[in-house]
Amino acid sequence: MSWWLPPAASTFAGPIDGLFLAILIITGIALVIVEVGLVTFVVRYRARPGRKAFYTHGSTRAEVIWTAIPAVTMVALGLVSNHYWVIMKGKNSVPANAYHVGVHAKQFEWRVTYGGPDGKLRTDDDFTVRNQLHIPVGQPVAVELTSEDVIHSFFVPEFRVKQDVVPGMHITAWFQATKTGEYEIGCAELCGMGHYKMRARVFVHTPEDFNAWMAQQAAGGTE
Amino acid sequence: MTSVAHATPGAHGGSGGAQHAPMGFWQKYIFSTDHKIIGIQFLFVSLFFLLVGGLLAMQIRWQVGFPGKPMPGGGILPESMIVNGVILPEYYIQLVTMHGTFMVFFAIMPLLVGVYANFLIPLKIGTHDMAFPRINMASFWLALLAGLIMTAGFFVPEGTSRAGWTMYAPLSARPDLSGATVGQMLWCVSIVVLGLSSVMGSVNYITTIINHRAPGMTWFRMPLSVWALFITAILAVLALPVLQGAAIMLLFDQTLGTHFFDPVAGGQALLWQHLFWFFGHPEVYILILPAMGMVSDIIANGSRKPIFGYHSMVFAIVGIAFLGWLVWGHHMFMSGMNPTLGSTFMVSTLLIAVPSAIKVFNWLGTMWRGNLRFHVPMLNAIAFVSMFTIGGLSGIFMAATPVDIPIHDTYFIVAHLHYVLFGGSLFALFAAIPFWYPKMFGRMMDERLGKIHFWLTFVTYNLVFFPMHNIGMGGQMRRLYDPTIYDFLKPQQPLNEFISIAAFALFAVQFIFAFNFVWSLKKGRKAPQNPWEDNGLEWSLPNPAPHGNWERVPNVYRGPYEFSAPEAGSADFLPQHVKLPTDRDPVPAVAPGTGH
Amino acid sequence: MTHATHTADLMRPPFPAEPGAGVYSNKLGMWVFLASDVMFFTALIGSYIILRFGMTEPWSAPGAVLNVPLTAFNTFLLICSSVSMVKAYAAIADGKKYFLRPVPGKILRDGGLKFWLLVTIICGAMFVGVQVFEYIKLFGHGFTPAGYREGSTLAEHALADPVKYGAATGAMYGSTFFTMTGFHGFHVTCGVISMLYLYFTKVLPEKYSAQDYRGIEVIGLYWHFVDLVWIILFTIVYLI
Repeated sequence: MSWWLPPAASTFAGPIDGLFLAILIITGIALVIVEVGLVTFVVRYRARPGRKAFYTHGSTRAEVIWTAIPAVTMVALGLVSNHYWVIMKGKNSVPANAYHVGVHAKQFEWRVTYGGPDGKLRTDDDFTVRNQLHIPVGQPVAVELTSEDVIHSFFVPEFRVKQDVVPGMHITAWFQATKTGEYEIGCAELCGMGHYKMRARVFVHTPEDFNAWMAQQAAGGTE
Repeated sequence: MTSVAHATPGAHGGSGGAQHAPMGFWQKYIFSTDHKIIGIQFLFVSLFFLLVGGLLAMQIRWQVGFPGKPMPGGGILPESMIVNGVILPEYYIQLVTMHGTFMVFFAIMPLLVGVYANFLIPLKIGTHDMAFPRINMASFWLALLAGLIMTAGFFVPEGTSRAGWTMYAPLSARPDLSGATVGQMLWCVSIVVLGLSSVMGSVNYITTIINHRAPGMTWFRMPLSVWALFITAILAVLALPVLQGAAIMLLFDQTLGTHFFDPVAGGQALLWQHLFWFFGHPEVYILILPAMGMVSDIIANGSRKPIFGYHSMVFAIVGIAFLGWLVWGHHMFMSGMNPTLGSTFMVSTLLIAVPSAIKVFNWLGTMWRGNLRFHVPMLNAIAFVSMFTIGGLSGIFMAATPVDIPIHDTYFIVAHLHYVLFGGSLFALFAAIPFWYPKMFGRMMDERLGKIHFWLTFVTYNLVFFPMHNIGMGGQMRRLYDPTIYDFLKPQQPLNEFISIAAFALFAVQFIFAFNFVWSLKKGRKAPQNPWEDNGLEWSLPNPAPHGNWERVPNVYRGPYEFSAPEAGSADFLPQHVKLPTDRDPVPAVAPGTGH
Repeated sequence: MTHATHTADLMRPPFPAEPGAGVYSNKLGMWVFLASDVMFFTALIGSYIILRFGMTEPWSAPGAVLNVPLTAFNTFLLICSSVSMVKAYAAIADGKKYFLRPVPGKILRDGGLKFWLLVTIICGAMFVGVQVFEYIKLFGHGFTPAGYREGSTLAEHALADPVKYGAATGAMYGSTFFTMTGFHGFHVTCGVISMLYLYFTKVLPEKYSAQDYRGIEVIGLYWHFVDLVWIILFTIVYLI
């Protein structure tokens, strides 16, 4: 098993994993300072006969330092994070050339609607498949998320993509796969008794294979 | 039976003290208005619910670690929950829901607030009792009633509510979609009753601290435990009513056919989340601030040094509480709310890390160059600092919105919340309970058993919860009945098994604490008056403290942490109420026309 | 310590103590409780605002479903009860424990605590009564917490004129209206019951005096709060 994040398979993974590592380093330094400090003090300042504690109420200079450094660090972290947040989730973040797929969540399955050969959703050649998301590699994909009943959450770990699916809302999330292969969608919001088995498969195809699959589906092929 | 001794004969009440005819058993111990008895009542009831929460956790860990395997002892549960010893999915989601609900509302919150706000505030500020003793008594009985209503959910048709302790709508509002009927209504009713209990308690704590401090007990001479409980009470009085409103709307959606959270009729699913988390975030500060306050008192005591940066600590408590109202959306980054809100909530959330960091550094500063005594409370308080730091730092990952994308609603969050609630709040309770046990019961808890419990808990606790960060990074979602359904989770299953076994060990170790607690009630070493050589006003009273506390409220001459002060002479502590030749009596506010 | 100074102390901050809020504890406690009640109504009213203005379809026009004139009268009643509450407070502050006392040279007699508090109780009870009557009428017409009842008079009106009657938003209208006004009515009822309790246990036996009328001041604070919430509700639910 891996102790780290899953293998990266989307363009988001680079920034997200990088940010994760940066935070790990920053918090790791803070953690080491605190824990080593604690252990050192526990050993060095333990009570022994004849010792007295150093009577002081504090130090304003220390307060300023250990307020300013965390504050500046947090501000910097916020700025960097927000840059990527806007790209990934911002109001106009979905690329114009994204391939749109309809994903309709219901207790306890994912209904995926494809635009068919004309590539456009909500036209006559649309078709729906249960629990299978087929997408082309190397191209932005936009999933238009709707729910039949309760809140679900569309989650593909390797793509670093997650978006709650809310009844009464039409939410579009986007990502771009970088590696062909088969992945899994897990539901990441408790949605009832069958939450644990609300699993679907994602197939990332080369453009040629994707077109072939699409043609086969349009010709009435099996799931 | 514990005994709360009455004041010495001939020394009843006094100016402002309660004057009673001799009280019978029922009035003295059951329907008592004495804040100390009420605190002890909360202690017994909450420890019971802590046990219930733990038993629910054991079942959860059995299922996650060993999905599909019959659970030892499962045979005693009915077929609606367990079939052939295997936990059913519909029971599993009740387990996760009730574990969170019981632990947050009926264990940690009442242990920190119901017990210690009630027990400590009048003792530590120097007054006879709370401002409204009968309302205080009602607060306890309402909390108990709420707990019983919640527990009843296990015994009604279809069982308890099961949409997670966060109770997201519309799942929670629709019995046809969740499967929970009466149990869901009971959750809502219980929460409304508990909210009432909380508000009544908080009205008492706030009024008492503002108006009933002893002469000389100025605001900046109050111990940090009292500051923390004061600020917590303000949070509670303003946050619980919002939850009550939400729970009522949820109850009405279920029973009266309203549509607050029903999108089909124009309601909004996200409205529940906004209301819940507007309450829920201040709630988590309610669950940590009293712990931080008591830890401050105990670390100063164990270090034999004043708290480093007392004023900063006060401002940090106030800062955390204030900022706590502005961060609720960080629970909703993935919810579909406007992404711009994601940005603003990220800013406020990252900022709230700063006052928490200030506190951690000040605790370190307190220990620095101290003369450290490692009594059981101090051990647990140091562990609090260590574990809370981990929990707080892990929060930074999820505060950074892009990183929250992969880790939201995974075990990374579960690891974070358990580090702050168990590593934080519960370790603080393991410190506070033995520290104030002599004041409550007149005896000491056993120090050796306490140390064994501490070390075993510390080790097993970290073995359980640290690996959950990795489980979450690997992508395991929350509230998942069977992780092995997913190919990407199968490789982690050995780690899940390990965590479960460590969890069983952690639970077993708690019986050492339980035994110590119960055994010491009768067999513990009789406590000297000030066993920890502490400065608080409470230690000027006999153990256990008598009804009405003091005949006449004490005068306060100094701050709460004057350990190793030069004026203390050969002793390394100097209680707040001790008058030195150089001290002047405080001048209390004079009531006009009274001639006092 | 004489009895007089003892009771004089009761309406002042506790003693001996550090300076606190500068008022006696019962009053401080009521202020704190009212802060919590503000948050409760904020949750309900805030939800109403979010839900109503989050809808694209039109909300019912004011007065189409609800009886504004009747409720305006009810509002007037409640305001009168706040005035009588102030009179009750002023009366006992002057030590007037009585019901009515003739004033030489004046036609109208002078009201004491017993009179003015009774007026407040009666007005409060009438307010609740009118609201119950209003609810019954609304239910009869088809307005329920779940929305416009199918087949009712109101549902027919809504079909005929969906804009004026907010047909598409009727479910939310019902949900928010009954919850907000219902809980307000519950608060008024609690106030009336509390005042009745005080009336029989403390006011009639003349236990309040100019030296100690804490209960009157405290219930007065609560009553004014309930009145203020109603003025807000009346405006945003009935008039807009």
